Amino acid sequence: MTSSCCFEYERKVINMIKQLSVFIENKKGRLAKITGVLADAGIDLIALSIADTTNFGIMRGIVKDPDKAVNILKENGFTASLAEVFVVEVPDEPGGLSNVLQLLDEADVSIEYLYSFVFAQNENALILFRVEDIDGAVAKLKQNGVKLLTADDIY
Amino acid sequence: MIWNQKIECMDREQLSVLQTEKLRKTAQKVYENVPFYKQAFDELGVKPDDIKSLDDLQSLPFTVKSDLRDHYPFGLFSAKSEDIVRLHASSGTTGKPTVVGYTARDIKNWGDLMARSFAFAGGNKNSVIQVAYGYGLFTGGLGAHYGAEALGATTIPISGGNTKRQIMLMQDFGTTIIAATPSYMLFMAETMEEMGVDPKSLKLEAGVFGAEPWTEAMRTEIEQRFGILAIDIYGLSEIMGPGVASDCECKCGLHISEDFFLPEIIDPVTLKPLPYGSEGELVFTTIDKDGIPLIRYRTRDITSLNADTCECGRTMVRMQKVLGRSDDMLIIRGVNVFPSQIEGVLMDIAGVSPHYQIVVDRAHNFDRLEVQVEVEGSLFSDEVRRLEELRAKIQADIQTVLGINVKVSLVEPKTIERSMGKAKRVIDNR
Repeated sequence: MTSSCCFEYERKVINMIKQLSVFIENKKGRLAKITGVLADAGIDLIALSIADTTNFGIMRGIVKDPDKAVNILKENGFTASLAEVFVVEVPDEPGGLSNVLQLLDEADVSIEYLYSFVFAQNENALILFRVEDIDGAVAKLKQNGVKLLTADDIY
Repeated sequence: MIWNQKIECMDREQLSVLQTEKLRKTAQKVYENVPFYKQAFDELGVKPDDIKSLDDLQSLPFTVKSDLRDHYPFGLFSAKSEDIVRLHASSGTTGKPTVVGYTARDIKNWGDLMARSFAFAGGNKNSVIQVAYGYGLFTGGLGAHYGAEALGATTIPISGGNTKRQIMLMQDFGTTIIAATPSYMLFMAETMEEMGVDPKSLKLEAGVFGAEPWTEAMRTEIEQRFGILAIDIYGLSEIMGPGVASDCECKCGLHISEDFFLPEIIDPVTLKPLPYGSEGELVFTTIDKDGIPLIRYRTRDITSLNADTCECGRTMVRMQKVLGRSDDMLIIRGVNVFPSQIEGVLMDIAGVSPHYQIVVDRAHNFDRLEVQVEVEGSLFSDEVRRLEELRAKIQADIQTVLGINVKVSLVEPKTIERSMGKAKRVIDNR
């Protein structure tokens, strides 16, 4: 019992990816400023998505050094935080995403948001998920043979 | 037309004698009946009998809004509760409203004072007066109503809102005088234009406008669009309600009914009285009220006084249109708003006091208030849904506390200017 708990914990921690989130007012030049700050600090952007509303936006991204990125952005007067997400790898063909979504649906996992990106050398599609119940989601997907990336795979 | 010729055109020396006598009686009344005033007088070493002339007014204690709040609800009343026939209330800086009470004699006098204002606008018993100020705890509606009835006019107690209906009744009833807030009047003009009604086609001759600050430009616009005389009326519930002061047809300052309300202008910092012509904070002593007479009540309104005889023949001192306030209270669409109330809402939601700013605009004669809140630390979420919920909650809570609908904008940290001293919370673009 104990060993399987540790194993579960280990699995979750390995599959949990830290995503950078930054608050952006809908004003000219703010996004450029954010990416400029990251560039100056030598931080590479691996994945990027921007959620926008009429009034503000939220920049979400995967970077090589998420803790450093959060701090450097805060120092530059931005509101930034880290969120727990997971990333699945699926074949880049029709049904890739649909299959994963059906599994999550079966497990009653509600999805906050998702977006996709690729690695240059990889033929598969990478999809990032932010869900309410990350443990339940990861468990269900693993049971069904879906490949999840680890933090090491990414940064 | 002058409603009360004898009083309104009284020789100023005679007026001083009348005022001094009333002041002595009032000082006596509050000293005997209101513990707050007895203590205040005693602390200054002053007795009601010491008052021999109007110069002695300076030696009396001041009263401020928080005194009414501290003695909520009836602690400052002079009359016995069985003699109080009416209560009114207005908003305060925190949860509890400011409460005032009236005896039957106060109500009758109030009606008479308001009748003076309607007479300024050319009103008489043949007038048809539409009262579009809100009826209820707010003094505007009932104050104007009793004044219209005292005048002998046909009074339409329509209150605010329901604009299309107001316009229809204005046409059908043949309204000749309207009492409303100036911004609502301009809003009605726009609605009329949408309805295809020519504002000049009405039987309207004049309007008595107040309850919020308004510019000469707005007055000209109202007069031109409707083809009427637009006069300014001033009042506050602590002193009586509408009818404390009013424009005459000359529109060169608002005549204060000095037989009831003794005005002073003071320097808001040193509290020293200033001579006629100087700008400063307006202070009133009510010298003929039974319910809640007040001594040297600081209104926080900035203006100046002019004691020259007016061309209309009235000798009562005139106050300039109010220029601003010495506190941070705002009036938005006729509602009193204190920035500290908004700060209270934000603190309850966030647990801390976020940096915020209030921006006030007027578009199409409609006041709009925007609350900008910096998103920092615990307020931030990576989920749009949560930020939207935050925005909606702030908006809903402000609606509950203030009773007005405001726009809430989430902004980045450090976008709101920091100040060395007192934070500049409000940007008023009106």
